Amino acid sequence: MGVSTAFEQAHADDRAALVGYLPAGFPDVDGGIDALRAMVDAGCDVIEVGLPYSDPVMDGPTIQAAAQQALELGVRTTDVLRTVEAVAATGTPTVIMTYWNPVERYGVERFASDLASAGGAGLITPDLTPDFAPEWIAAADAHDLDKIFLVAPSSTEERIAMTTAACRGFVYATAVMGVTGARTTTSDLAGPLVARTRAAAGDLPVGVGLGVSTGDQAAEVASYADGVIVGSAFVRVLLDHAGDRAGGLRALAALTADLADGVRRAR
Amino acid sequence: MTTSSTTPGAPTSYLADDKGWFGTFGGRFMPEALIAALDELDIAWQKALVDPTFGLEFDALLQNYAGVPSMLYEAHRLSDLTGARILLKREDLNHTGAHKIRNVLGQALLTKRMGKKRVIAETGAGQHGVASATAAAYLGLDCTVYMGEVDTERQALNVARMQLLGAEVIPVTSGSRTLKDAINEALRDWVASVDHTAYLFGTAAGPHPFPSLVLSFVRGIGDEARQQCLDLTGRLPDAIAACVGGGSNAIGLFAAFLDDPEVAIYGYEPGGDGVETGRHAATIHAGDVGVLHGARTYVLQDEDGQTVESHSISAGLDYPGVGPQHAHLSATGRATYLPVTDKAAMEAMALLARTEGIIPAIESAHAIAGVVELAKERPGQTLLVNLSGRGDKDMGTALDYFGLGRAEPVADPQAATPEQQ
Repeated sequence: MGVSTAFEQAHADDRAALVGYLPAGFPDVDGGIDALRAMVDAGCDVIEVGLPYSDPVMDGPTIQAAAQQALELGVRTTDVLRTVEAVAATGTPTVIMTYWNPVERYGVERFASDLASAGGAGLITPDLTPDFAPEWIAAADAHDLDKIFLVAPSSTEERIAMTTAACRGFVYATAVMGVTGARTTTSDLAGPLVARTRAAAGDLPVGVGLGVSTGDQAAEVASYADGVIVGSAFVRVLLDHAGDRAGGLRALAALTADLADGVRRAR
Repeated sequence: MTTSSTTPGAPTSYLADDKGWFGTFGGRFMPEALIAALDELDIAWQKALVDPTFGLEFDALLQNYAGVPSMLYEAHRLSDLTGARILLKREDLNHTGAHKIRNVLGQALLTKRMGKKRVIAETGAGQHGVASATAAAYLGLDCTVYMGEVDTERQALNVARMQLLGAEVIPVTSGSRTLKDAINEALRDWVASVDHTAYLFGTAAGPHPFPSLVLSFVRGIGDEARQQCLDLTGRLPDAIAACVGGGSNAIGLFAAFLDDPEVAIYGYEPGGDGVETGRHAATIHAGDVGVLHGARTYVLQDEDGQTVESHSISAGLDYPGVGPQHAHLSATGRATYLPVTDKAAMEAMALLARTEGIIPAIESAHAIAGVVELAKERPGQTLLVNLSGRGDKDMGTALDYFGLGRAEPVADPQAATPEQQ
């Protein structure tokens, strides 16, 4: 099932969709599945499962720390697919967010096939742009998977048009020039970027990521975007509850509920 | 020099196409947020390449400031010892002590042209960081250098040099705390600072246009050496050799000879404790094709595509990737890449010191060690080696390795290398 159903449902409710991210294998594989399910139960419309990678150049310290912990505990690509399967079984569209090399190493066609078999909706590729993605685009199309590429404030109109044309599911707008991480204020670059992207995207939903950590911020972003993407704030909750799984899940559910409320009161 | 050092030679099948592909290697696997900056850099560089003013400015800076062209030195005693005629391209005599100054002066001049006021750089051994700090000081740019915490410890002298030159040195504590993590951190800085900051990439690797751009600034090594060899010997060398970490000194030498099929080309990779031990950085020899830092190339990685920590006694070669043009040269068979162990490199360092009175960087000592072996296969032939850097920065490592530095005669480096004597 693609992510478009979740965006269509949110649109029908006259609100933005809440997209929640955690890396697989954090705090461990089963704990990560529990955490993602808690986020589904508390109101995430789409789940992004991060594939932990040794060289995450787009990630700030929070997600780096979680990915490193997952890798030190030995998380494998197959564990990521298992996580997708467990979360997708809830009926919530679930995508993988991954740097490119692990996919290439797994085998692009094999990865697409196994992701589809696990019930995954598609892939977000932060270091793969459509002009260098012919193999992935072919594999995704063959397996009916969403292809979510990124646009940035620095993207030219030509590149936004090229990128949105290659996307299926939604287009991921990085709202700030910088790595992932919660920020106290949302970027003033986000609104103009969404407007430029929407002009090129047609009916393709526009999700905004990087920096959102509170319901108020989510409401602000939801006033102009189709989706609000939250990652580091969820990771931070689990990092702050290391050794207290039950407390971590409760805090995760509370944050999700706050954010889910935010995306509903924007309009 | 009568022609600009940035003038590319005639196009060959070994150069990249306009998307940065060297055959199936290279390309640009980067976050969208950095694509505009890479395009801006590409356009500024393409304009500079055909602008005689830029070429003259770059050449003048190399000659009057960096000490280029470096000499081609005939190593008579080493030749006598090995039975081959060994010529050393003395990049170690350049200002700041390595070939790296060519690259940073070119990139820093481009930075000025683009109107940016700040440069960032990653560094392993510190040579590229020192060169970047030097170029920034000379051209009045702010400079921040990212250096793995492990490397700041084994290359403390270079940290001090960078600081004295006015650069900010940031120790990188993520991942393996070495060169690859310094690159990660520099990229993280760049994605947030790209509107006013240029990234002086330190080797002929990374996303397009860096491999080709860096080559254009260092290819003077080979262009000069080719002519110097013709002047000295009346013919081309039988083989050329260089050490390969990321591979900028090597590609700088190799480029001028790629279309001379009679010249054999050897790249010597850091074999660490020995490739069979798994503790090495011999990326082409023992790695697999993958994507690292923006390019498809050979990568030391596990079966899930996670980068594996590399090991080399030489911080400047301690990198789990390699420039994509080298991957292409290996795959096409144009160049041969072989590992040289830490031990062999250190022995070669001592050997060159004792036979020629030249203390090479440990990086460059890998090439010396390789050529000492190569001489056995090629007796009487002319072997041209890039002596890419000097060993001053490595005296701490040499002191520990050979047990040097005490006033009492308790250890003799020759005693540590009996087979060389």
